[in-house]
Amino acid sequence: MDVRFINPFLNGTVQVLKTMAFVEPKAGKPFLKKDSLARGDISGIIGLTGAARGSLALSFSEGCILKIVSNMLGEEIKTLNGDIKDAVGEITNMVSGAARKELETLGFNITAAIPTVVAGKDHSISHVLGGPSIIIPFETPQGPFVVDICISAVGGGK
Amino acid sequence: MSVDKNLKILIVDDFATMRKVIRNLLKQGGYENIVEAEDGAAALKILKSQPVDFIISDWNMPNMSGLELLKAVRSDDELKALPFLMVTAEALKDNVVAAVKAGVSNYIVKPFTAEVLNEKIEKIVKSLAA
Repeated sequence: MDVRFINPFLNGTVQVLKTMAFVEPKAGKPFLKKDSLARGDISGIIGLTGAARGSLALSFSEGCILKIVSNMLGEEIKTLNGDIKDAVGEITNMVSGAARKELETLGFNITAAIPTVVAGKDHSISHVLGGPSIIIPFETPQGPFVVDICISAVGGGK
Repeated sequence: MSVDKNLKILIVDDFATMRKVIRNLLKQGGYENIVEAEDGAAALKILKSQPVDFIISDWNMPNMSGLELLKAVRSDDELKALPFLMVTAEALKDNVVAAVKAGVSNYIVKPFTAEVLNEKIEKIVKSLAA
């Protein structure tokens, strides 16, 4: 995967969570993931097409996403309910939008599909390109989450 | 000139959670007179049945998109003067041009803070009053 794709998704994630949920996640060192196992309890996945093709997934631990959505809604949410699922889809959509805006400045015009959300312990993530994917791990005071991306420039990129 | 916080605002978004998020952001700005619709078609029904002062609509929605709703509002004699703030997940040039052509009052790109949302509302309302 092209390393130029990492920073836009990292920056987009921080921007979205900081702005909408007042959470400042701390990014760790990215690493390669070769299996399809999700690294969280609930994941939002979105397909990307255009100048680059692939998919983006955000997988949150339960404690982390409960805090994020509680902050977004201004009310305390205690379980992984429908509000949380909706919010994970919306957060995935917004991170994709913020990252695509930055990628546009690098010459990559990318469009996104509608996000899907999967929940449950040990669920799997099927990337459009099959994998392997790059994981950007994040820490928050309420628990970890990861950005899981598998994307490749179409026609070798610029 | 300060903006009347009793403005009746219609939030249009297919995601109930996003409607709640926007409602929460509006509340932080002092706006509590809010109605909601899950898509453009439902929004038109509300607009035809009760007075609304301001529309905040998502772009991407099933049944009737935000752009289609905007066009419907602008082509209706009773509704065409309503302030219309479009919410998008991306500031794609083509989308912005289409929305401006259709008569959008302003647009806001997700993610946004309560301050930015309230600034947009004030700017639109003040420009209409000028």
